[in-house]
Amino acid sequence: MKRFYFLGLCCFLFVLAGCQTSQQELLKTDKSQVQLRSIQTRAFDTTDREKMLRTVIATLQDLGFVIDKAEAILGSVTATKLQGYNLVMTVSVRPKGDTQLLVRASAQFNVTAVTAPKPYQDFFSTLSKAMFLEAHQVD
Amino acid sequence: MKQLLIGFPLVCLLFVAGCDTIPPDALVLKATTLQDRKLQSRKFQTSDEIKVLVACSGLLQDLGFNLSESETKLGVLVAYKDRSAVEGGQVAVKLIIALAGGGNVPIDKNQRLKASVITKPSLENTNEIVVRVTFQRMVFNDLNQVTKLEQLKDTKQYQDFFNSLSKSLFLTANDI
Repeated sequence: MKRFYFLGLCCFLFVLAGCQTSQQELLKTDKSQVQLRSIQTRAFDTTDREKMLRTVIATLQDLGFVIDKAEAILGSVTATKLQGYNLVMTVSVRPKGDTQLLVRASAQFNVTAVTAPKPYQDFFSTLSKAMFLEAHQVD
Repeated sequence: MKQLLIGFPLVCLLFVAGCDTIPPDALVLKATTLQDRKLQSRKFQTSDEIKVLVACSGLLQDLGFNLSESETKLGVLVAYKDRSAVEGGQVAVKLIIALAGGGNVPIDKNQRLKASVITKPSLENTNEIVVRVTFQRMVFNDLNQVTKLEQLKDTKQYQDFFNSLSKSLFLTANDI
């Protein structure tokens, strides 16, 4: 009987081990691309890209992040929050039509991608307050 | 026994699945946000943002930091330095435990300190530049494992930083 349990446990471990290799993480996503984009993206009624980028930087600082990188031409900002955990966030800003800017945020918590909608809602709500603008959901 | 054998892998699975989720307040402003911003920011009476950035990069070099990123268009400077993180107290505990036959206890060894300086024209006064600096560090022990991930919030260190900055700018640093 004891041997049976041992075998059972071994089988279980083999199943756990054989599910996937860690290399598959490279292009793996938890949600569909469309779903993820709608969670991570908002449109703002402004065309002032530099102001938006500077506000993104200020908002990230207010949220306890330390800025790692920023690029005006690419319109991207990357920042890290260390608070017992390692939270990295990349925010990109690009024009949408002639009247709007599209802001996309993506985050990584320790070694996992953040795909839940709530953290992004929190981020965009803080950002829109700082911009004095409403964040529009993008379809 | 049977229950235990089924229970154990289940607990393992739950642990594997559940240990890495973002805390609910990670992207929410805190009650201390305004206070932190005040501590980390100063206003300087100038409209020359580049001049302030140059002074900041000079100061970071004076402090032994290596510049890792910069974007003058957005007023961003990022720098880091690697230093020892050995603390006397930890060494003493390690020695006592080793002498008592408790084996080798890992202690903090190195740390990477990061500073990021952000400048921006003041919203209230176009002749003022606001400088905000934030520090954080990652501490590694002698097994090269991360032991601390934290933002540094020592009031004195921020004051010292801005005092040095105003000296190198020949300008007075005003509270925001």
